[in-house]
Amino acid sequence: MAKSQSASLDRKKLLADPVMVTTIVLLIVFLTIFILYPLAILLVDSFLSDSGFTLDTFKRVMELANFRRAITNTLKVGFLVGIASAFIGLLFAYVEVYVKLRTKFMEGLFKVVSMLPVVSPPFVLSLSMIMLFGKAGIITRFLLKIYDNSVYGFWGIAIVQTLTFFPVCYMMLKGLLKNIDPSLEEAARDMGASRSKVFMTVTLPLILPGLGNAFLVTFIESIADFANPMIIGGSYDTLATTIYLQITGAYDKEGAAAMAVVLLGITLLMFVVQKYYLEAKSTATLSGKASRERMLITDKSVTVPLTILCSALASFVVLMYICVPFGAMFRTWGYDFHLTFKWFGQVFTKYKGFKAFKDSFILSLISAPITALLSMIISYLVVKKKFKAKGFIEAVSMLAMAVPGTVLGIGYIRGFSGGLFGSGVLQGLYGTGAILVIVFIVRSLPTGTRSGISALRQIDKSIEESAYDMGADSFKVFMTVTLPLIKDSFLSGFVTSFVRSITAISAIILLVTPSYLLITVQINEFAEKGSYGIACAFASILILITYSSVLIMNILMKYFGTSRKVQIKD
Amino acid sequence: MAKEKKGVRLEHISKIYKDPKTGKDFYAVKDANIVIEPGSFVTLLGPSGCGKTTTLRMIAGFESPDEGEIYLGDEAINALTPNKRDTAMVFQSYALLPHYNIFDNVAYGLRLRKMPADVIKQKVTDILGLVGLEGMENRMTNQLSGGQQQRVALARALVIEPGVLLFDEPLSNLDAKLRVSMRTEIRRIQQEAGITAVYVTHDQSEAMAISDQVIIMNGGIVEQISTPQEAYYYPNNKFVADFIGEANFLKGKVSAQDTVEVEKTEIKCATGSMDIGAECNVVLRPEGATLSDSGELKGIVKYSCFMGAYQDYHVAVGDALVKIQEYNPKNKKIYNVGDEVFLNFENNTLYAL
Repeated sequence: MAKSQSASLDRKKLLADPVMVTTIVLLIVFLTIFILYPLAILLVDSFLSDSGFTLDTFKRVMELANFRRAITNTLKVGFLVGIASAFIGLLFAYVEVYVKLRTKFMEGLFKVVSMLPVVSPPFVLSLSMIMLFGKAGIITRFLLKIYDNSVYGFWGIAIVQTLTFFPVCYMMLKGLLKNIDPSLEEAARDMGASRSKVFMTVTLPLILPGLGNAFLVTFIESIADFANPMIIGGSYDTLATTIYLQITGAYDKEGAAAMAVVLLGITLLMFVVQKYYLEAKSTATLSGKASRERMLITDKSVTVPLTILCSALASFVVLMYICVPFGAMFRTWGYDFHLTFKWFGQVFTKYKGFKAFKDSFILSLISAPITALLSMIISYLVVKKKFKAKGFIEAVSMLAMAVPGTVLGIGYIRGFSGGLFGSGVLQGLYGTGAILVIVFIVRSLPTGTRSGISALRQIDKSIEESAYDMGADSFKVFMTVTLPLIKDSFLSGFVTSFVRSITAISAIILLVTPSYLLITVQINEFAEKGSYGIACAFASILILITYSSVLIMNILMKYFGTSRKVQIKD
Repeated sequence: MAKEKKGVRLEHISKIYKDPKTGKDFYAVKDANIVIEPGSFVTLLGPSGCGKTTTLRMIAGFESPDEGEIYLGDEAINALTPNKRDTAMVFQSYALLPHYNIFDNVAYGLRLRKMPADVIKQKVTDILGLVGLEGMENRMTNQLSGGQQQRVALARALVIEPGVLLFDEPLSNLDAKLRVSMRTEIRRIQQEAGITAVYVTHDQSEAMAISDQVIIMNGGIVEQISTPQEAYYYPNNKFVADFIGEANFLKGKVSAQDTVEVEKTEIKCATGSMDIGAECNVVLRPEGATLSDSGELKGIVKYSCFMGAYQDYHVAVGDALVKIQEYNPKNKKIYNVGDEVFLNFENNTLYAL
């Protein structure tokens, strides 16, 4: 049996569609140059010397005591943060799905908590952690009269990262719990199991793969995180910060490249396990939809402690965020609590705040629509089309998710400072705003693509086939059918990518040149110097920007979104 | 109405798929040779997994054949993409564009053909009249019932005046009553439009009601191409006999031309070109025999049930259990379980395989 004829016919059909062929080729070129090539060059850098293949660079960095320590530090933090986030996420998800929340206030609190990771810039929690619990911290110094508390180091990072990442787990697990058919648990109750028995023998086993999934996602986020360890790590270095210091402090590019390869190796391994093993498993066990609504738990012995626990945690997180604008308004944090606008003033008068916001805003605004469109095109090709390079396109755009920003930054330095392979081609890109835009795009592409793919999977394949059958070519189908149907996903991809870009730091901090001032880089600088007032002022305005863009997105979706139009009932 | 009726010709068409479980290749369609005359209504009929939808999708261009060539009219279309083929398909799930209203849905194909707006308006209005949806232009698709949505899908396919109209189980999402009225409707519209139609279904009564020709498929192989009557009275094999209507098979031996010996009894039965002495299966339709106290073939009643229009019997004849339906039971003698009965056959009802 030979399948050659259909293969060659499919190829002919594909070639009859020049727009699609061009798009595919351009996509492959883009993904190869800006994702694969910089990572490949890191391997080349660390494994090749003038004399050929060598492990010397690796030997050299492995002998550095601070690097070995950084590896264990990173893994320790990642492990703890992964477990804690998954656990707290589960708690929140369980309370939302299973327990009757009495008050509007609680519902609001849960919504805020789920939205925070979207709008929050990195290291905001680090800032407030220091301001609340540090040496001059309001809680430690003024409420508890402890004058020498140190928040820097392992516990600081672990707490801040847990609070930053648990909402992601919460959202993931909420989706899974909602998909459990309540009849399963009712059947167990009916046969005489107590509530805790039901949880241990039915609910928990069903979401166990999902829990593992949440753990690994957080684990990857934690070890890739650069900003928090930078600010609150103190002398407790993690891989991301060590790599950064190796290149900015020691100017050891080969060493940094080798270290980046180690970090990349760890995240990639976790990513492969998560993506190809756990993700499939967690959705496979819970593919069914709930057959009917769940009877919420009203038993006070369950609801009261869970509600208290959740509200305490949520309020604490909210408090930490509130701390930031106040930090920008107190005359001197920890000493003088008179309200003032001098920090906000200084941002614009003394520290070129206007240029920083303009640069960040414009670069992010350029990258957002490109990312959104690109991810919709990739999702369309991956979900709806059949061609050879499809696997490549999907794998590479998802791979970017597993690449820590710091690693990507080093890759870009090594890959583009001398042009492609040191040949000078594309060298003009290096140090420009364009390369920053490209980094923004690459960093946001996986999330956009993932949301696009899941949106497209829900659209009946025959809808596009019918348009195709009526005489539309692929381009026409995409513009008149696909895009209008996933407008919501496009819009949220646009805003998410904007927010991610304007709050990004890890890759950018290595690539930005003095001609561009970026807000996040400024915040990092001032926080490191201990100028918390200025840092908070910058951060407050940034949160304001991200929060309003999410608000605008919600309004736009309400009035222009597809879901509204499609769901109108007679 | 159609600018030109086109025929479809499939020459030695095969399609190979990989079994996702075993990883082995298998023929989803094997060496299909089909000629569809211009203007005729042809149904691809078979159980699920028989390759009927794959065949239809190969005609539409969504799948590429692994062997053979497909002709639309006189043109070989193997390498053409679906949008370049002169076909239009009505999908099982209707596949209406949810972000357009009815008018825009129907006008979609015309707009792609860059027709002037007034022509489009006229054509859409006409076609909506033909399918009985006049005045619904501004409704959104989700404001229509399933039957109405299917009419829109039909109008959308008809309006571009394709050479061939393709139907992929278009009625399977509708309830039973609506299915019956829609299939008459589809047949009427097809004849009014004078268009070639290829229709996929697994429902044999739907196929009988609607088609000029039925193509019965099983396991990727075309078992029979004929009119519905021929398939019912003269099935090519046991599969076709069993799939089209109900059938009993009685083992026998050809004892003379048009005579078969069953259970040591000689009965009259069309034997065609079968050799004398050959083993054969006699096809007996449930309505093809009546029961009485004396007659041709002896049996014992094992089951007897009043069904309104008919009395349903299972009669043991030798080792075989034969299903018999006696219509109009009010005027006939009712036999009970355990009774000894004789089967009588009307002329021209038996057919040997």
